[in-house]
Amino acid sequence: MPHTARPAVIHLEGLGLTYPGPPPVTALRPCDLLIEHGEFVSIVGPSGSGKSSLLNVLGLLDNPTRGAYRLDGVDTSTVGDHQRAALRGRHIGFVFQSFHLLPHRTAQENVELALVYRRTPRRERRDRAARVLARVGLAHRAHALPTHLSGGERQRVAVARALVGEPSLLLCDEPTGNLDSETAASILDLLDQLHADGMTVLVITHDKDVARRGQRVITIRDGVLSEGRTILAGAPC
Amino acid sequence: MLSRRWRGTESSPASPGPAPARSRFAVRDLLAEAVAGILQRPARSVLTSLGTVLGVGAFIAVLGLTGTAAAQIDTRFNRLTATEVTVEDTGGRDADRVPLAFPEDADRRMARVNGVEAAGVYWKVRLPPGETVRSSPADGGDGAVAQTPVVAASSGVLSAAAPHFVQGRGWDAFHDTHDQSVAVIGSSTAARLGITTLRTQPAVFIGDHAFTVIGVFDDVQRMPDLLLSVVVPRSTAERTWGPPRDERARMLVSTELGAASQVADEAALALRPDHPEYLRAVPPPNPKALRDAVGGDLGQLFLLLSIVCLVIGAVGIANTTLVAVMERVGEIGLRRALGARARHITWQFLTESAALGLVGGVAGTSLGTAVVVGVSLHNAWTPVLAPLTLVSAPALGLATGLLAGLYPSWRASRIQPVEALRR
Repeated sequence: MPHTARPAVIHLEGLGLTYPGPPPVTALRPCDLLIEHGEFVSIVGPSGSGKSSLLNVLGLLDNPTRGAYRLDGVDTSTVGDHQRAALRGRHIGFVFQSFHLLPHRTAQENVELALVYRRTPRRERRDRAARVLARVGLAHRAHALPTHLSGGERQRVAVARALVGEPSLLLCDEPTGNLDSETAASILDLLDQLHADGMTVLVITHDKDVARRGQRVITIRDGVLSEGRTILAGAPC
Repeated sequence: MLSRRWRGTESSPASPGPAPARSRFAVRDLLAEAVAGILQRPARSVLTSLGTVLGVGAFIAVLGLTGTAAAQIDTRFNRLTATEVTVEDTGGRDADRVPLAFPEDADRRMARVNGVEAAGVYWKVRLPPGETVRSSPADGGDGAVAQTPVVAASSGVLSAAAPHFVQGRGWDAFHDTHDQSVAVIGSSTAARLGITTLRTQPAVFIGDHAFTVIGVFDDVQRMPDLLLSVVVPRSTAERTWGPPRDERARMLVSTELGAASQVADEAALALRPDHPEYLRAVPPPNPKALRDAVGGDLGQLFLLLSIVCLVIGAVGIANTTLVAVMERVGEIGLRRALGARARHITWQFLTESAALGLVGGVAGTSLGTAVVVGVSLHNAWTPVLAPLTLVSAPALGLATGLLAGLYPSWRASRIQPVEALRR
């Protein structure tokens, strides 16, 4: 469902990634990809297929070696390192397989951390964190330490942290990898809800059941992206 | 609704995209993060800063104690020693021929020198074999006091040494010039000789010579060895036993404050204008030089020790911070993903190690100050600590922490978020 008035959240043009050797390893073959606002897209592939490379490029954690990547209309190849950091912080909310919560901070403080690097006033930080925690159903656990939270609760905190900055893209890397199937389902339900509220969600996973939740399922294999039976290379999808 | 905000606020207008805002890390947040980083491992933080505590503590203690000791030296020297000049009779090349280079009117000659308050010649009398100091003329039985030194002194010595007489008085120029057989003795010597009162005009016998005791003193301001001696007039001693033999004579000069060096310069010429080389004047030691010497000897050793402590402290902080960096690779990756720049990571870890150093510095300053005060209290000294030292010591800890944090924080900033987040 394209919003013509706004640039696509993700726009890849002939993007490729080759790790310099020796011998050089091609992690991503040149590909095009367009993800509009409000989409729920899954990228599925076995390990070693180039998933992580794609995640790193999409998350601005790694630079592509060729092609262009526009995030919310900003050509990421033209901005400096410090601006990439800012883009990352403001436009992308990360959710990781291993949560990456700071163990000695409460859930609330972990969520507030996402606003530290953009000079949000402390009071506003607190309010927004509390709101987002309530949104993911953890208002009652706001002052618990991660060590006292269950796996599902931890991942909800992580989702809240990703959301608090009001990103245009929720980038989830194996969000259910460390969770049992029941908890995993509840997290995926949460992602569904967020999507229903208008959030752009991109889930990268090796699990086909998880991938099925997406409106679009993109398969990656040997560094080649394909959607359905279409190979996303050389031509926009 | 949240959804509206997600759709609306953060996206940028159409391409080519404008430069996005930079990531910022407010100082207050930086400090808060650093403090949180330190407090999450309190025991380790305490141990880490221990090296700095000891180093800075030693620094303060050394400077404080040397300062305190120097101040003690100052007060001792200021009033008395700084106004004391000793003139030694060396005899020059005629030492064998001239046993006593001081002229008879040495006291008066010296007193004429500007700045001199009193001056007198003295020497230790060598008694002939078998002659001792006794309280009675009888043979050396009960009253004999072996080894009581006899000092020949002109009246000026009594003025310069300023004995405090509990009974009687000292002699003056009259006794000096008229060969009076009188003596003054220290109160402890008097007690040993059985002299309790001067009403009975007691005498001490030195060899076969009787000396009437005319004064008993219990304290002197200069020449404390007088307290244990029998002091007789110079002229009497010279007549009875001849000029000094083993130890040559000296002159004790008390001067006005600040005049000592000048007096020392002029003394030899004033006393023996014909043979100034017979005499050598010794000015008082320069208290500043002495203080520097004290500060130099022990102080340098301990300063070195405190520097070693600081280096060990720095290595400790560096090591722990490095370990913490390795432990917190995931956190670093996360912060980068949340928009932190590499330099934000550097600052955070640098601030943490600097804060550890500062805490260690403050604790060390307190510890060092406590040591200085404690030692001063024990010795009844006045503790002296330069305010600048107290202010600079925590800064020293801070600098140690900063220095120690340089490498770990650089390492932290080099951690790639990709690697970190994979864990």
